[in-house]
Amino acid sequence: MDLIELHDIRKTYRLGEVDLPVLMGVSLNVSRGEFVALMGSSGSGKSTLMNIVGCLDRPTAGAYWLDGREISKLNASERARLRNRMIGFVFQTFNLLPRTSALENVMMPLIYSRENLTDNQKKQRAVSLLEKVGLADRLDHLPSQLSGGQQQRVAIARSLINHPQVLLADEPTGNLDSRTNAELLQMLQQLNSSDGITILIVTHDPGVAQHARRTVYIKDGLIEQSLSI
Amino acid sequence: MHRYGILKTSLNALRRNVMRTMLTTLGIVIGVAAVITMTEIGNGASIAIQRTMASMGANTLVVIPGAANTGGINFGFGSLMTLTPQDADAIIEECPAVRSVAPIVRARTQLIFGNRNYVPTYLYGTTPAFLDIRDWTDLENGEAFTEHDVRNANKVCIIGRTIVRQLFGEESPIGKEIRIRNVAFKVVGVLRAKGANMMGMDQDDILLAPWTTIKYRVVASSLSAANQSNTNTGNSNEVNTLSQIYPNLQQNLYPVASSTEQTDTPQPIRFTNVDQILTAAQSASQIPSAMQQMTVLLRERHHLLIPDPDDFNIRDMTEITKAMSSTTELITKLLLCVAMISLVVGGIGIMNIMLVSVTERTREIGLRMAVGAAPSDILRQFLTEAVVLCLIGGTMGIMLGRSASYIVTSVLHWPTAASVGAIVVSVFVSASVGVIFGFYPAWKASRLDPIDALRYE
Repeated sequence: MDLIELHDIRKTYRLGEVDLPVLMGVSLNVSRGEFVALMGSSGSGKSTLMNIVGCLDRPTAGAYWLDGREISKLNASERARLRNRMIGFVFQTFNLLPRTSALENVMMPLIYSRENLTDNQKKQRAVSLLEKVGLADRLDHLPSQLSGGQQQRVAIARSLINHPQVLLADEPTGNLDSRTNAELLQMLQQLNSSDGITILIVTHDPGVAQHARRTVYIKDGLIEQSLSI
Repeated sequence: MHRYGILKTSLNALRRNVMRTMLTTLGIVIGVAAVITMTEIGNGASIAIQRTMASMGANTLVVIPGAANTGGINFGFGSLMTLTPQDADAIIEECPAVRSVAPIVRARTQLIFGNRNYVPTYLYGTTPAFLDIRDWTDLENGEAFTEHDVRNANKVCIIGRTIVRQLFGEESPIGKEIRIRNVAFKVVGVLRAKGANMMGMDQDDILLAPWTTIKYRVVASSLSAANQSNTNTGNSNEVNTLSQIYPNLQQNLYPVASSTEQTDTPQPIRFTNVDQILTAAQSASQIPSAMQQMTVLLRERHHLLIPDPDDFNIRDMTEITKAMSSTTELITKLLLCVAMISLVVGGIGIMNIMLVSVTERTREIGLRMAVGAAPSDILRQFLTEAVVLCLIGGTMGIMLGRSASYIVTSVLHWPTAASVGAIVVSVFVSASVGVIFGFYPAWKASRLDPIDALRYE
């Protein structure tokens, strides 16, 4: 069984009297260790799909198995626990806590973890992740003292703190210049190949999608084509 | 999510905006400080009022003998001779609700000093405890007579301002001798002026001496004996006879009974009796239990059977006590109102800022939810923040309030009294304010949709 299995996922938003269908029956399988890029124009429904895959939202209809577990019917608290354990998020706008050091930003998701770790273990884990993303000398820096690329690297370290199975990146390069862009994508590839983390990346930039091993095109709420390199 | 983690997160969030945290807590600081200061001033005032009331005799209970009833004629309360000094000793020993006891022997007779004479309203033989009961222990001059004087029936007395004015004028009375029925009493002290009591009786028109001296050397019998008028009319004849050291009016304490009467109703033998026993309860609230304990004790000591009526009567100062309790109650309620208003205002301030904070931190909330915070975690985090805010405010308020009441005492010379209760209540109330007024913003935060929250600009 694949890590992510989406079967005929539909999502309809209700705007007043009008039903607005966004996803109209998406079926997608992502197996363990894949690096998938999700491409599509804006309004195509790729972000909605990403939210459902990330357990932030529930589909209106259809089934979603994550790691062999049907999760489309879970309530908010159960989904929160699942997100904490299984999924790491990287956002376009980094979303680091202001006036909080890089180290504390990385440690933040551990507060909601069920794991029983001592403060020292938590700190060690965060430090080693920051070392991994090349920020060993920036532990105490505040987000405002870091460049955009460094901030995004902190965000990646944060997404990895609970050893997730899936890393979801929503336009991670949208706010970065091309050079840091390349560095970041290299880092993601590295994580995928050496650590075996399954990565889903949403983008509208074909250059970014090239780094992925498979590209899924989505248009008007349906999967248009799926290309593997 | 661990409790410790929540607390740390909340503290971090508060630390990130120190200035706002301080301004938010200001409402609670002022509220709690106001409560503490007002309570302490109120306590001080109420203690001062209680003290004043006590000096008026609010805690005082008077035990007087019952009414003699002979041949169908009721002689009124005080006409029986049933109370003894031993009763007074037993009361202080066996009634825990009674603070102090003084037996009283009354007399009404002339005082002579030099070429002046005067008849005081109150001429009491008693013990030094009398001064304690009437809250009169700080004398204007000299000192009170002692238990030793009482035991030895020493001829010493202390007098009130009115008597000083009547007999001595501008002279100092200390060390002078006043003659009472030809017995010379040395004045050892002068009582502080007290003025008239509620009935308009001059309380300074008083002479206090050891009850033993008054009893054995002056009256030699109780004036409240049934045939009172007889005793008084005898005075003018005998007092002026200079050859007499001791009063010659030796009355029989008990009416002489015929031999038939004696066999029919054997009279208990009493060596001496007192006219009344003045007692003070430990506090106003203990008055009922003091009365009950004394009733049981005296009935037992007087060998009264169940159907027998009491041969004594205990009177309390209901009017004064009521005035006192209603005054203190009023003060307490007034302060409670002030406390409530200021704390509610402070609480609304907290709610206001928490709502702003939730809006401002919408993205943070969205992020926390995305990385795995359940709605209950968010609720708890914001609730903890509000409670921590209020507790910080409460602590600072307590310190501010304590120093404010200290300043009030030292600058304005108002009486204040530290109140542990007020501090405990303030801490409790400020925590509750945090929970009550922090709940709505926290609930609002927990209901946010993570997707919308993450996109919030």
